[in-house]
Amino acid sequence: MSWDDQRPMSPHLQIYKLPITAKLSVLHRGTGVVIFIGLILMVWGLASIASGKEGWETVHNVLSSGVGQVILFGFIFSLYYHLVNGIRHLLWDIGWGLSLKVVHQSGFLVLGVAIGFTVLTGIIVL
Amino acid sequence: MAEFKLPANSIVGKGQYFSEPNPEGTNKIKKVIIYRYDPEKNKRPRTDTYEIDLNQCGSMVLDVLLKIKNEVDSTLAFRRSCREGICGSCAMNINGGNTLACTQSIADIEGDLHLYPLPHQPVIKDLVADLTHFYAQYASIEPWMKTDSPTASDTERLQSKQDREKLDGLYECILCACCSTSCPSYWWNSERYLGPAALLNAARWINDSRDEAVGERLDGLEDPFKLYRCHTIMNCTEACPKGLNPAKAIINIKQLMIKRKY
Repeated sequence: MSWDDQRPMSPHLQIYKLPITAKLSVLHRGTGVVIFIGLILMVWGLASIASGKEGWETVHNVLSSGVGQVILFGFIFSLYYHLVNGIRHLLWDIGWGLSLKVVHQSGFLVLGVAIGFTVLTGIIVL
Repeated sequence: MAEFKLPANSIVGKGQYFSEPNPEGTNKIKKVIIYRYDPEKNKRPRTDTYEIDLNQCGSMVLDVLLKIKNEVDSTLAFRRSCREGICGSCAMNINGGNTLACTQSIADIEGDLHLYPLPHQPVIKDLVADLTHFYAQYASIEPWMKTDSPTASDTERLQSKQDREKLDGLYECILCACCSTSCPSYWWNSERYLGPAALLNAARWINDSRDEAVGERLDGLEDPFKLYRCHTIMNCTEACPKGLNPAKAIINIKQLMIKRKY
């Protein structure tokens, strides 16, 4: 939207102190984007397997490096968070847990579950 | 597309500083930073800082504003009327959250006090935002009772106690605009998205047992933007100074949209 008003627009994002609910909503968007990009990464991994041993070893080495681990676990966390928070959204849509108190509790719960599952995955895989 | 930055004519500069003498050190000084814009004098907005002695001031944020206007700087513009949270006039952004200045206690605010007009609105002067569009959206949901059946000559349109209770949490809205102007979806799409306040009021009429235009009302909201730009971010419910839950009211409308199809 272009602002063609002579008058100033009052500050918004610049001054608004986003509550935890809004931050988790932004995280839901962000993890959605990460998953999309991560899927390309996954296709790359699968294609490398199809190409043979050497191809897979390249991917394996990249993902085993420090940066690779951060990307990999960022992707795994994003998958879990987006999934669990997606369920939270579905519950809201059928009218459950919409009081502010429960919304806060479920917010921390999804965040905790997503982190927990990510750590658990790490323990199982590594 | 969402425009996250402020337009060039809206960038906030630094303004004046009004200090309060404190010779004996016994004054309880609070720094109050206020958004200022005067269309006749300024091209761009600024923030002025006022030092206020809380010992000489009432307990609410509105009291601070009145003190500044009466004793320090009479050019300060803001809206106020009832000073008890029922008119909705003094809605503004206080330390990063929208609420009413008259019901916000200063004691609950740590550090400096920051006052801005309701976010993402055209500013008329200082803390006064132009809410013309907001009111037009409210009018667009036709906030009055619509009936086809003739009114009985000897009684009013009656409602059972249970049906009346369905309006609790909806009818109390004072249209202060705290919720709508706290909503990122409303910031980015206010031309097409109705916003939490208008939708909560739509729900108030949709759920009224006496209203006979539910289908027509739902038809009016069946639109990818008017209703469905709500992503349950919950800023509205967090902001509402009356403790209402617009996000829940919006989900209620979305549910009715689906229910009527089956």
